[in-house]
Amino acid sequence: MKAKNQRLILALLGLVAVIGAGLLAASGLKQEAAFFYAPGDVKDNGLPLDKAVRLGGMVADKSIRHDADGVTIHFVVEDGRAQVPVIFKGIAPDLFKEKSGVVAEGRFQPDGSFVATNLLAKHDERYMPPELEGKMHKTDTLKQ
Amino acid sequence: MIAEIGLGLLWLAAGLAVLQSLLGAASLRLPNRSDLGDAVRPVAVAQAALVVLAFLALIYLFLISDMSVKLVATNSHSEKPWLYKFAGTWGNHEGSMLLWVTVLAVSGAGVALLERRVRRDTLTATIMAQGIIALGFYAFLLFSSNPFERLNPAPADGQGLNPLLQDPGLAFHPPTLYFGYVGMSIAFSFAVGALVTRDVGPAFARAMRPWVLAAWIFLTIGITAGSYWAYYELGWGGWWFWDPVENASLMPWLASTALLHSVTVLATRDSLRAWTVMLAVVAFSMSMVGTFLVRSGILTSVHAFAVDPERGEFLLALLFIYIGGALALFGLRIGTVREGALFEAVSREAALVLNNLFLTVILGVVLIGTLYPIVAQGMGQQVSIGPPYFNPAAGSVALMLVVLMAAGPLMRWRSDRAGVVIRRVALPLVLGGLVLVAVKLAAPQVGTLPWLGLSVAALAAAGSIAPLWKRNLRRTPLFTWGMVISHLGVAVALAGMAADSAFMQERLVAVNEGETTQVGPFSVKLVGIQPIIGPNWTALEATMEARREGGAPFVLKPQARSYSSPPTETNESAISTRVDGQLYVVLGKMGGDGRWQLRLWWKPWVTLIWLGGILIAFGGALALVGRVWRERKLVHPEEGR
Repeated sequence: MKAKNQRLILALLGLVAVIGAGLLAASGLKQEAAFFYAPGDVKDNGLPLDKAVRLGGMVADKSIRHDADGVTIHFVVEDGRAQVPVIFKGIAPDLFKEKSGVVAEGRFQPDGSFVATNLLAKHDERYMPPELEGKMHKTDTLKQ
Repeated sequence: MIAEIGLGLLWLAAGLAVLQSLLGAASLRLPNRSDLGDAVRPVAVAQAALVVLAFLALIYLFLISDMSVKLVATNSHSEKPWLYKFAGTWGNHEGSMLLWVTVLAVSGAGVALLERRVRRDTLTATIMAQGIIALGFYAFLLFSSNPFERLNPAPADGQGLNPLLQDPGLAFHPPTLYFGYVGMSIAFSFAVGALVTRDVGPAFARAMRPWVLAAWIFLTIGITAGSYWAYYELGWGGWWFWDPVENASLMPWLASTALLHSVTVLATRDSLRAWTVMLAVVAFSMSMVGTFLVRSGILTSVHAFAVDPERGEFLLALLFIYIGGALALFGLRIGTVREGALFEAVSREAALVLNNLFLTVILGVVLIGTLYPIVAQGMGQQVSIGPPYFNPAAGSVALMLVVLMAAGPLMRWRSDRAGVVIRRVALPLVLGGLVLVAVKLAAPQVGTLPWLGLSVAALAAAGSIAPLWKRNLRRTPLFTWGMVISHLGVAVALAGMAADSAFMQERLVAVNEGETTQVGPFSVKLVGIQPIIGPNWTALEATMEARREGGAPFVLKPQARSYSSPPTETNESAISTRVDGQLYVVLGKMGGDGRWQLRLWWKPWVTLIWLGGILIAFGGALALVGRVWRERKLVHPEEGR
């Protein structure tokens, strides 16, 4: 093999690897990116049923309810425009409470409810999920 | 006073970094003035000494809880145990950036003091490059992240450290990670140096290799330790979350693992010159991208301490300057780098090229997945990318890589015959196939990726020790042992990952005191709940008695802790390590009816993950000792015997 050819082949292989990574990533992202929704977005754009999403908003006042098994909870997420009932089975984060921000990871059901597999609440008093901050701010300004 | 001295030391160190860069550049311009080149090295050492002193000053301020220093006041508390005052020095943005710069300077000083093999002008250019990198980050510290800023009036006490960070892990995980992460700057500077002096060749590769290896060992230990820390501290039962910050440490590891293999080709066979230089640039670029992701506040994470857009822009500018500069230099000079030696399509070199390609693909997949949410956010869309994306995309390529890893070391350099190679890997292949069939028959419910993972792990374990076959083990060089143990570590870690996701059992229940629940082969009884008091927290502690069928009982004590400053609650999981896995218990909340929520996992063989990580790093350490030893013998043959 000639020197020039080998270098060319190696460069082409490198290119193939990079393009391959890009394609692999693109197809994965298309299927698996979890978009962020606020309850109002669902009202505007319909239910995203086909994939996992993140639902963020405030836990509505007096909406948290416990099932008899002791580990399933029901609550309502709202953003001033709409409300979504959420079901979660697991240990809720410590700062999960009514009238406080929450981000739920999971899927919408055809009936419009949301089954959460994970809940994210504020880590501490100083912390607020940035995506929630943006949304909350948006709703606040909308209300005014 | 100490804070002002610290700041002064930092300014002096920055001044020396300027001098270091200028002296280096001048000595390259004036090759006959050898005194200029001689002066660069002591300057680099002095610069490191000053910044180490500045760092010690900051540690001192944290230890004495000097609340007139803003950083201490906002991140520490006088009632914190001393270990967390000490480690809390880098548990915040400014302190951790100071640690970053300290490691950068110390790495540069290490090269200045110890490196004797590489050509003198290349060494000077390398130290110059290291000085130029340091300069940018000194500017970042001094102009936008001053750790020594005063607060007037001083508050009565501080705001405390994030309780999730109040763990002995904080004392060693960040420094270890940084030595790997930032130590990789040496590879970057070496590449820049060799491009500047047109010295890309085997001698340069041999000189660079131990530094890459050393940084890589630290990085491996740092990632392994970080994974275990997240595993027990977060209480979510997982050991890797594809959190952007975890990815930020994984990406330099992937790039430097590729570099470690390509630099071997360059050192041994004088091939892959341009590619190796490119990887050296990419490896540290990934460290800088990671630093940007973590330190700009663009991400939400335990690791992101503060949100300040100015800092993000500053870091982004540094990123563009350094990566862009290095790539421009690469583009300008690469035409002058001679073509390396040739090799056949079936050869050790070709296997290593394939290794590099697979690692590059994984790196690309992780990089895109990590950056995509940020880009999408810029376009007004909020997206999160998690395990459903990363696991199949990165995992499938990783499996192919591990199969290759089993075969590569069994190939000859330059040229080999496919038939012979297949005969050499026949036994591992058969073993892998047997596991494939056995798992399918015994546990058909196991998912595809873990199923293949178990099989590939068996194949790779056998393949990785095969290079020792029929060898005189006493005469086998230390670096060969290193390779074998590292590769075996990969197989062991993979076995742990696959076994955990294939056979893990989880249970979520609410139980009364005295009630018993079942998880995997264990029955676990909640004996009682007691309040207890720690140094700066109070907690509810559950006493639980677990027993394996027919085995002796043992006690687990998970806690739900409440910290007072800042007011935060954390879960301290209880983990019991058995020979064949871990029983993992988290205490939840008490429901209205007096029952306690419990989350229990039985995780078979999960410990293999971190054991594998330790083996990988240990193999690296053996290889490092072996390489340095051999170089010494070559340089000083009389000491050899």
